[in-house]
Amino acid sequence: MDIYLPIANLSVNAFVIIMLGCGVGILSGMFGVGGGFLTTPLLIFYGIPPTVAAASASTQVTGSSVSGVFAHLKRDGVDFQMGSVLIVGGLFGTLFGAGLFALLERLGQIDTVINILYVLMLGGIGGMMAKESWQSVQASRGGQPLPPRKKRHHPLVASLPLRWRFYKSGLYISPLAPLILGFVTGIMTMLLGVGGGFIMVPAMLYLLGMGARVVVGTSLFQILFVTISSTLMHSLTTKAVDIVLTVFLLLGGVVGAQIGARLAQRMRPDYLRLMLSGIVLLVALRMALGLGWQPDEIYTVQIL
Amino acid sequence: MIGRLLLLLLAFAPASLLAVEPKLVPDVSQRKIQIQSGFTGERLLLFGAIIYPRGIVPKDRVDVAIILRGPSQAITLREKQQIAGIWVNADSSDFRSAPAYYAIASSQPLDKIVDAKTAAIYELGLERMQLSPSGEIVGAEQRRFIKGLVALNKKQGLYRQDDQSVEITDDVLYRAYLDIPSSVPVGTYVAETLLIRDGRIIVADDNVEIEIQKTGFEQFVTVMADKYSLIYGLFAVFISLALGWIAGSIFRRI
Repeated sequence: MDIYLPIANLSVNAFVIIMLGCGVGILSGMFGVGGGFLTTPLLIFYGIPPTVAAASASTQVTGSSVSGVFAHLKRDGVDFQMGSVLIVGGLFGTLFGAGLFALLERLGQIDTVINILYVLMLGGIGGMMAKESWQSVQASRGGQPLPPRKKRHHPLVASLPLRWRFYKSGLYISPLAPLILGFVTGIMTMLLGVGGGFIMVPAMLYLLGMGARVVVGTSLFQILFVTISSTLMHSLTTKAVDIVLTVFLLLGGVVGAQIGARLAQRMRPDYLRLMLSGIVLLVALRMALGLGWQPDEIYTVQIL
Repeated sequence: MIGRLLLLLLAFAPASLLAVEPKLVPDVSQRKIQIQSGFTGERLLLFGAIIYPRGIVPKDRVDVAIILRGPSQAITLREKQQIAGIWVNADSSDFRSAPAYYAIASSQPLDKIVDAKTAAIYELGLERMQLSPSGEIVGAEQRRFIKGLVALNKKQGLYRQDDQSVEITDDVLYRAYLDIPSSVPVGTYVAETLLIRDGRIIVADDNVEIEIQKTGFEQFVTVMADKYSLIYGLFAVFISLALGWIAGSIFRRI
């Protein structure tokens, strides 16, 4: 079934978009990430203009994270105080990101920057995650699980002034640290159409040293607000949110997310993380190769 | 007697009177193309008749060329080059009036039916389009960019040249199919029909206009996104929240 996308100005196969949303949804349900890091590149491979892909993917992340937020709220897994600081940082991040987006678009370098950011971010985080999960899989096979990580925030975070007490996270740190973290993910959301969960979760665990019980819920809570903000920002500046594309992505995505969440309950978390890191590294590799290979189209048109 | 005189008069009438140029009556299968949710492109039939003075079809062969031109756009064309192993946009060129869509169909290859000068004047053929480059103009570089633009748009079906797609029946009726892909921009498209004989264009008619527009829901979405951006954004957020929440609550029950 072909469907015309009024903002992207082209027609696509609705079935392909729904399946794409569903596939990404399964992964995001399994791993507790928004899945934007897969949606945006896949949409671009399919022929959607990069700006429309990034803008619409961030709207889709809103939809796929909302039920997760409710679930975590119910079991008291959201640190509102930490979440609010992150959100404030995130809002400034999307504002700054919007300016950056417009600047890069004017310079004609937006797609290169998007690609390089993806390679660096996915490659770095995927690599870290792969190493960590591989060690833990090996250790549990050998019969002696790794000693639990000492919960301690990074020395850099400890050196920041103005400490606050975050009771639910069990932390006494400067709010500047989550503020900066939120700011960076806000920029990422705006530029890449990702929720930023896969930056946020490791950063919360290993940089801030937050209690694991509230990490996923708080990250989803911040993603929800930051993607809402980036959807509005894109609507106002790039005008690239394609609501038809978003709805079809969501139709597949929300169903996929629920299936994924159920699958995840039957699997061991180390194996899940190893799988996720494999997928992340694959996307990074594909993007890295894409930078070096001669593209199909040397020329691109920008309408003035 | 009078009848014979008339015949004689006619026979000796000045050649110019007899050689009144023929007239073109062009038309198109659709004057309006409406973009709706199922729009995957459109096939237009451009057809018409050649009306000769007093209905006499001359022996000389005539040829027909049809050009369909979309709205002009000011564009920046960027060129990727490999720098330090990475393909990045390195060079660019601005054009003030590049047609968003350009298709030319003719009954024979263009260089067979018109000479180079005429072709240049009438902008016949993809390599002769006038794109009004702006900025510093360097001939060779400009040509490289134009070639790149033509190749790119040809691949996307936005620029096309088909040398034998105009069919002429009995030197009177002609027709050609032109395909419009789903990615065309909206606007007024002008079809120009040229009647060509002996390398000269004897009649040109550009009175056929085709309006391509979004309608109904598609137009509504475009207008909302463009003019009422904040409401549109809020609605997009609302709909994604609602879909996510509904799916979540349905699955909780299963």
